[in-house]
Amino acid sequence: MLGNAFVLALRELRRNVMRSILTMLGIIIGVSAVITLVTLGGGATQQVTEQIASLGSNLLMVTVGKRMGPGQTSGAAAFKVADAEAIMREIPGLAAVAPVAMGSTTAIYANENWSTNVTGSTEAFFPVSNQQLGLGRLFSSSEARVGSAVCVLGQTVATKLFGAQNPLNNRIRLRKLSCVVIGLLKSKGQSSMGSDQDDLIVVPLRTYQRRIAGNQEVNMIKVSVNDGVDTELVKSDLERVMRSRRHLAANEDNNFTVLDMKEIAAMLSTTTRTMTSLLSAVGAVSLLVGGIGIMNIMLVSVTERTREIGIRLAIGALEREVLLQFLVEAVVLSSLGGLIGIALALVGSVALSGLLEVPFVFQADIVLVAFLFSASVGVVFGYFPARKAAQLDPIDALRHE
Amino acid sequence: MSDLTEPVTPLLELRGVTKIYGSGDAEMKALAGVNLSIYPGEFVAVMGASGSGKSTCMNILGCLDTPSAGHYLFQGIDVGALSRNQRALLRRHYLGFVFQGFNLLNRTSALENVELPLIYRGTAAETRHRLAREALQAVGLSDREGHTPGELSGGQQQRVAIARAIVTGPKLLLADEPTGNLDSARSLEIMALLTAFNRDKGITVVMVTHEPDMAAYARRVVLFKDGLIANDQPQAGAIPC
Ligand SMILES: Nc1ncnc2c1ncn2[C@@H]1O[C@H](COP(=O)(O)OP(=O)(O)OP(=O)(O)O)[C@@H](O)[C@H]1O
Ligand SMILES: [Mg+2]
Repeated sequence: MLGNAFVLALRELRRNVMRSILTMLGIIIGVSAVITLVTLGGGATQQVTEQIASLGSNLLMVTVGKRMGPGQTSGAAAFKVADAEAIMREIPGLAAVAPVAMGSTTAIYANENWSTNVTGSTEAFFPVSNQQLGLGRLFSSSEARVGSAVCVLGQTVATKLFGAQNPLNNRIRLRKLSCVVIGLLKSKGQSSMGSDQDDLIVVPLRTYQRRIAGNQEVNMIKVSVNDGVDTELVKSDLERVMRSRRHLAANEDNNFTVLDMKEIAAMLSTTTRTMTSLLSAVGAVSLLVGGIGIMNIMLVSVTERTREIGIRLAIGALEREVLLQFLVEAVVLSSLGGLIGIALALVGSVALSGLLEVPFVFQADIVLVAFLFSASVGVVFGYFPARKAAQLDPIDALRHE
Repeated sequence: MSDLTEPVTPLLELRGVTKIYGSGDAEMKALAGVNLSIYPGEFVAVMGASGSGKSTCMNILGCLDTPSAGHYLFQGIDVGALSRNQRALLRRHYLGFVFQGFNLLNRTSALENVELPLIYRGTAAETRHRLAREALQAVGLSDREGHTPGELSGGQQQRVAIARAIVTGPKLLLADEPTGNLDSARSLEIMALLTAFNRDKGITVVMVTHEPDMAAYARRVVLFKDGLIANDQPQAGAIPC
C-alpha cells in the first residue's frame, strides 16, 4: 500500500513539475543554507585550530605592558635579553625561549622596495614560532651572539623583492644595515586573524638592536613549553619570575602580560562556533518557512483536487489510503527538496570554501540531520491537509466544481 | 426477473428509506419512505422529474450515503449500520459507478483511469494492466489508452468511465444519467454497452435517465415522484441488442 502511495505521489508531482519545484524551494533554500553554513563554519573552526597549532605548540608569549584591549598596552619598560635568559634558567619544563624585538622597516633590493616587519631574535625564534626553513640555512647561535649581518626571508618578502629570482646570497638593505640573505622560510599562509604570516624578515636580535633599532630593548619573549608540561603552571612561574625581575611590590599590578596561545585558540573557536550556530538558526527558520509553504500548497492542492478525492473515495478508497497518498506526496516533496538542497549545499560549500580560502570539511552528520529534518517537515506539515482530504464526504467532493 | 420458481433473495432492498436534508424549517424530504427490491441480473431504469429524489436514491444504493430512516440491505447486509470504511470496502468490491459528469481523473491516461479501482483492490501490476486493457477493449477504446480525458470526446470519456466501472467485475453497476451529456448517437452506443454487460456478464444495472428512448432498453422502469415510487413495472418489449 505504501509502495502504491509512493507511485501515485510521484505521478502527481510529475504532473505539476513547476508547482512542485516552487513548493520545494523553501526546503531547498533552508537545507542548503544550513548545510553550507555548518560546513563552512566547520572548515573555519578547523582552520583556526590548525593555524593556532602552527603558531607553535604549547606557546606562551610575554609582552610589555598591561593589556588594555586589542593592541593597547600601558606604557612600561621594555624587557632585556637577560630577562629571557633568566626565564630559561629559572623555570623548569621549557623547550626554548626567544626574546623578540621587531618593527616595521622598508627592505630594499636593487630597484624593489617593500615595507615589512623585521624581527630580531635568537635562533630559538624558529622552533618557537614554528617557522620552518625552506631554502638555504638559518642563522647559528654564534651568528646570533656576535650580531652578523645576515637575514632569513619569508615567502612574501622574497617574492616582492626578488620575483622569481633566487634570493640566497644577495644583499638587501634594512635602513643602515646591509645584510646577506642566507635562508628562506616555508610558506605558512594567512593567519586566522587574516594577517600574512609570510611577510617577515628575521635577523639576529643583536644585529637588530644595534643596527636597526639603536637600543637594547626586547618587546616580547616567546616561550615554548615541553610536551606534557602544564602551561597554566608555566604561566604562573613566568609571572612570578618577571614580577621579581621588574621589582614589582605586592600591591602593584603586572606591567607585562603573559598570553597562553591555548586560551586564544579556545576563545577563537568558540567565536567561530557561535557564528556557525547563529547562521544555522537562520537556515532552520527558513526550513520552517519552507514547511509552511508545503502545508499551504498541499491545502491548495486538496481544494483543487476535491473532485479527484471524491472519485477515489467513490470507487472505494479508504480514508487512510487517501490520507497516506497526500502525506506521502508531502513527504516526497519535502525530502526531494531536501536532497536537492543537499546537492546544492555540497556544490556551494566547495565553491565558497575555495572563495573564502577555508578548507572544505564534509560533515555527514549535518547532511543526515538536514535530510531527516526535511522529511519530517513533510510529515508534520502534510498531515493536516492530508487529513482534511481523507475526511471529505465523497458526495460533496464529487459535486465540487 | 428470474424465471426460477424458488424465491431469489434480492441483490438490494430498500425498506421504508427516508432521506432528509437540512433541519427545522429548512427540512427537505428527498426520499419519503421508499420500498424497492432489485434482483440479480436485472436492468432497471429510474425515471422521474427533476428533484424527485433519483440521485439521492442512487447515492444510497451506491453506499455513498446512508438513509435518515429505514433500511438499505445490500445482499442482506444493512448498509446503514456499516462504518465509513466498511462502506468504502463494499464499493470497492461489489459496485461500479458511472456518473453523469464522467468524473475521470484529469491529466491521467485512459488506462490509468481504468486501473484506479484495481489499484485500491491491490491487484498486481501485470493483472491490472491486462484487465484494464480488456475493459478498454470492451468499450472499443483500445487505441485510445494513452489519451487523457482532455484528449477524448464526451462519448469516449463516458466509455472510459464505463470501463472503469466494470473493470473489477462488479455485482452492481449504478449509472446516474450516463447519457445526459451526450448526443443521441453517442447515447445509443453507451446503452448498447450497458445492455451487453447486463446480458453477457450478468451485471445488475440500475440507471437513471430522463429520456424514454434510453429507458426503453431496460426491462423494468421505476418512476420517482416527490421522493416516492409512483410506478414500478416491467417492460415486456425491452429493446434487445
Ligand atoms: N445535499 C443536499 N442538501 C440539501 N438538499 C438536497 C441535497 N441533495 C439533494 N437535495 C434535495 O433533494 C431533492 C432530491 O434531489 P435529487 O438530486 O435526488 O433529485 P434528482 O431526482 O436526481 O433530480 P435531477 O433529475 O435534477 O438530477 C431535491 O429537491 C434537492 O434539492
Ligand atoms: Mg440527479
